[in-house]
Order: sequence, then structure tokens, then C-alpha cells
Amino acid sequence: MGWIGEHPILSFKHGRKVKFYVDGRECEGYEGEPIAAALHANGIKVYRRSVKLGRPRGFFCAVGKCSSCFMVVNGVPNVRVCITPLKEGMRIQTQTGKGEIR
Amino acid sequence: MLEKTGVPTPEQIKEVTPPEEILNSKPVVIVECFQKIPCDPCHTACPTGAILEFEDINDLPRVDWNKCTGCALCVAKCPGLAVFVVDMTYSDKEAIVKLPYEFLPVPQKGEIVECLNREGIVVSKGKVLHVFEPFKDGTKVISVAVPKELAMEVRHIRVVRNGGR
Amino acid sequence: MKETEILVVGGGPAGLSASIEAARAGAKVLIIDDGLRLGGQLVKQTHKFFGSKEEYAGTRGFKIADLLLQELEEYKDRFEAITNTTVTGYYADDGVFGALTGEEKYFKVKPKKVVIATGAYEKTIPVPNCDLPGVYGAGAVQTLMNVYGVKPGEKALMVGAGNIGLIISYQLAQAGVKVQAVVEAMPKIGGYLVHASKIRRIGIPIYTSHTVKEIHGEDYVEGATIVQVDERWEFISGTEKYIEADLICLAVGLSPLIELLWQAGCKMRYIPELGGYVPVRNKEMRTSHPDFYVAGDAAAIEEASTAMIEGRIAGLCAAASLGYKLPDFEERFNKFWMQLEILRKGPVTEKIRQGLPRATVEGVQEYA
Repeated sequence: MGWIGEHPILSFKHGRKVKFYVDGRECEGYEGEPIAAALHANGIKVYRRSVKLGRPRGFFCAVGKCSSCFMVVNGVPNVRVCITPLKEGMRIQTQTGKGEIR
Repeated sequence: MLEKTGVPTPEQIKEVTPPEEILNSKPVVIVECFQKIPCDPCHTACPTGAILEFEDINDLPRVDWNKCTGCALCVAKCPGLAVFVVDMTYSDKEAIVKLPYEFLPVPQKGEIVECLNREGIVVSKGKVLHVFEPFKDGTKVISVAVPKELAMEVRHIRVVRNGGR
Repeated sequence: MKETEILVVGGGPAGLSASIEAARAGAKVLIIDDGLRLGGQLVKQTHKFFGSKEEYAGTRGFKIADLLLQELEEYKDRFEAITNTTVTGYYADDGVFGALTGEEKYFKVKPKKVVIATGAYEKTIPVPNCDLPGVYGAGAVQTLMNVYGVKPGEKALMVGAGNIGLIISYQLAQAGVKVQAVVEAMPKIGGYLVHASKIRRIGIPIYTSHTVKEIHGEDYVEGATIVQVDERWEFISGTEKYIEADLICLAVGLSPLIELLWQAGCKMRYIPELGGYVPVRNKEMRTSHPDFYVAGDAAAIEEASTAMIEGRIAGLCAAASLGYKLPDFEERFNKFWMQLEILRKGPVTEKIRQGLPRATVEGVQEYA
């Protein structure tokens, strides 16, 4: 968990550091990177609860295909956080069930 | 067996080890490549023509021991990190192993490191003699002095500092 | 509605290569990719590629993505890329594609020809608790770790000793993650043995004829029980071992991503050696639909090196079908096929050689 500092092969060029909120908790991440990456670096692994059994769901495919990582982002449910870029001040909530479209 | 364990057998190692007189006369390459995969950078990286041209890119590499100078450019280039150089002429008791290294921290010249065999077991300590990165692509070649009898065993090093990694 | 001559769906090794060839020939190309940047799975490949110089052998995957993008840059007046956008469907009645940028902005695209270079998705395994957070596709872990610089866990268990499982185990170690073990249900290691040797010597055990029996944890993974299997894939009781891990990487195979081809009514065949259902294609990488070409993992699960060459063939031929045919067409076409044949010649590609003839037709009339 957390960001990798030094790496033997890669050098990571992160963008601007921004604050965002997950279920009210203040977190920090890099602008423009997937929300899921920032969540993981902040130690948050459970993104939603499944519709029928309330099972925890998290990251799985990282390419927007599997629907495991749906969260409520700025009030919009079913957002694939693995391919949605992080923006300053985003309000992210753990999603329960199917999500409500307002 | 290699296909089950990932560790080449002593017989396989014997196949790629040069004859005794060559091994005891100069630094020389050991290509631990036992599977026909489409790949030839060891040949294209070799400046002396010691790693022979491939008739079919899927063939196993073939070495002309007489031409090898032990320069280790192939060690740095092999995508499978399967090439090593062994120099038995270093001293009475020690040999040099040149091996590819892609981890942190990078050892410093003179540093004592742990030496691991093909199964990842620490078999000795060794002194780092030289660190270089010929292609500036993240693959370092580490020259480490090890007990002579372990020259054909040591294939990885681990830097241990302050009791931890 | 956006119009273009050639739409390339997917900006990975196959899609970028297809775009280069098509744009080089003179066609107007639009690439749509669902990632945040182009390069597909190349951008997270830190290992050096095999093959020959032609396929960038000895160069790390992420550098190859840069090289392809540079090559594409030469034709920037004929080429446009849209990222963070999923091509969601094909409407056969009017030949229009729908595309969704992010989760909100929807638009339509009408191309004359399309190259489907959508790649693949990762398979999973049905064991108790396989749905827990912490059980991730190995490729997904690679994205977190190598593209975004996030340490994906502290202790990992890798499931699968194919090339992906072996390579990513090594990369996890490079990122400072302790890889507890690699388990592989098959009796033999499936990936290149040099990759296996590389992870063994750094101290990672490989358990062949082993699989995961159960994953443990409440809200996320805490460990797994692995077990040996016999030749009929039955668990051998008494051989269970508990492995502590907060990360379980599944590298148990890929399936071609081919929904768009199904929608277009392309003729498909189930060929397990190639990863499942794949489109029937000819030597031009054209499917049974005259406007649909395919390349890379969407055509058959193979290597990035072959994906790049297939992409070039598809791009070259799609452009030629619109009249963009340079004098060196034949020469390039033959050269690319020669490269493919060489890469597919050795024992490690035996499965591919078995499967491909069943997916390939000689002439267009044979699709039916």
C-alpha cells in the first residue's frame, strides 16, 4: 500500500497532488490518475457492496470491463473508478446495491 | 526438472559450460538458455561474434568460446536474464561471476552482498568488484567475487544493509 | 457524428501498429481507446521483449509504446486519437459505432473500415472468496504498480505460471512486494523457462500441480489455502498449505475481447488454443465482414510482438481496400508475414500453430 518511491526500472511522473474525500475521509492522490489507484494508495480496498449478498467488491480488471469497482462519484453511481481520472475535491462514496440515479 | 521447478538441472548446466581449459583460461560466457524461444539479442549484442548468428531465431544460442572476451554485454541485453560470465582466473581461491541485476538498492563497489544460487538460497557472501550499466536501461551488470567452487552456483545477489533489505 | 476513413478500436500494440501502417499509406485514421493514455498493455511492461530487432527485441515494453507513438507522430495530420473512451456498440443497419467518453459523453462514429484491436480480458477462477477485494487480475496489478506507481500489497500469491504470472511475480518483487509463491495447476510451467529461473533465483517458490483451494478474509484477502492436484485435477487431501497474502494475482489466462465482432455478425469459431471464440480471418486480417479487420489478442491470445505485426498487416490492408496502396504494399505485406512465420515457428508457439489454421481462410468466398 502507498506509492512506490524509487523503482529499479521506472521513474514515476505524477501530476499535481490533490485532496479528495471518500465517505467523508480526506485523502490525497494525483490529479488525472485513476481514482482506483489513489484509493489503493490510501489503503482503501472495498469500493462497493454487492447487490444481493452485500459482499465487498473492489478493484479487479483495471480496464473498465468487469464492473467490480463501481462507486458513487460526485453523486453519480456506477462510476468505473479504475478508468475515471481523479480531480480535486471529488466526493466518492462506497456504493451499496445498484446505485440510485437522481 | 526445469519445466517443473524453474531450476536447470546439473546436466543442463554442464551442456552450457565451456571445456575446462577454456574455463580456467579467461572470463567466459555461460548462456543458461534451455528452451527454444524466438529471441536473438545475445547475438546482436555480442561485439566479438562469440555468440553465433542464429540460423533460425528459435534456435538455442551457440557460443564460440575462443572468441568470447567475457565483456558481459550479452548479460545486460538478454531479455530472459539468462546469461552470465564466469572468470576462474581471478585469484587462487575466488572467481568472479558477472550477473544481471534489476533491483534496489544497487550495491556499491567493495560492498559485501549475499550470493544466491539458482534456487534462491543464500550460499555465500561475496564482494562486489564492479557495477556497470552498459545500455543505460536499468539492467546493471554486477561483478562479484565468490569462492571458486561456487562460481557455477551463484546466480543472484542480495544487498543487505542495517540488518534489512 | 464523427466520420473517418479507418477507425481503430484499441490503442495498444496492435492498434497503434495498424494506425501507423494505415496512416503511412495515406488513410485518415481515428483511434479510440478506453485507457487514459495510448499504448494499451505495453505501457506497463517493464521487461525486455523477445524476438528480433524488427520486433524491438531487448527493449522494454513501455519504451516500445513510446517508439510506436513516435512513429505515429510522423503522420499526425492524418491521425486522431481519443482516449478514456469506450466503443460501446456497433449498429449494423447504418454502420455506426457508439462511443462513450468517461461515463457521460456519448457520440457516434461512422468509419469506412474498422480495425478491431480491443485486446483481451483476464479470466478468473471459481474458488471460495474469489470475489474478495485483493483478488485481482495480474495485469490489473501491473497497471497499478507500473503505470501509477502504487504498491499493490505487501505479500502476494501469484496464481498461474504462464508468462504473465512469471513476469509479474518478478515485477512485484522489483516494486518491493514479497511474492510468497507462484502456484500453477498444470504439471509444467507454461511460460518461458528463463522467466521461471529468474524468479526462482530471487527466492520465489513455484508450485506446479498446485492450485488455490480457498481464499481467506473478511472484507479483503488475508491468505489462501493452496493444494496439490493429481492428474485428474482432483485435490490431494493432506497437501494443503496456508499462504499468508494480502494480494492474490490471477494470471490464469485471457479471453479475446470480441463483442463488437459478434455485433457485426462476423463469423466466429471456438478455438481453445487461441483463447476461445475468435473471428475467422484471411491473410489480410480481414474478418468475414468486408469492413472489419482484426489484430492482436482480439484475433488470438498471443504475444505483443505478434500483435504488432498483425496490426501492421490489418492497417496496411484496410487502407489498401480504400485505395491507399503504396508501391511497396506487396513487399511490406510479405515481410510482415515472414516475421510472423518466424516468431510462430518454435516449440513455445505450438498451440498457436495448431489453432491458427482453423481460424484462417484463404479466400473471401470461404468465410461462408
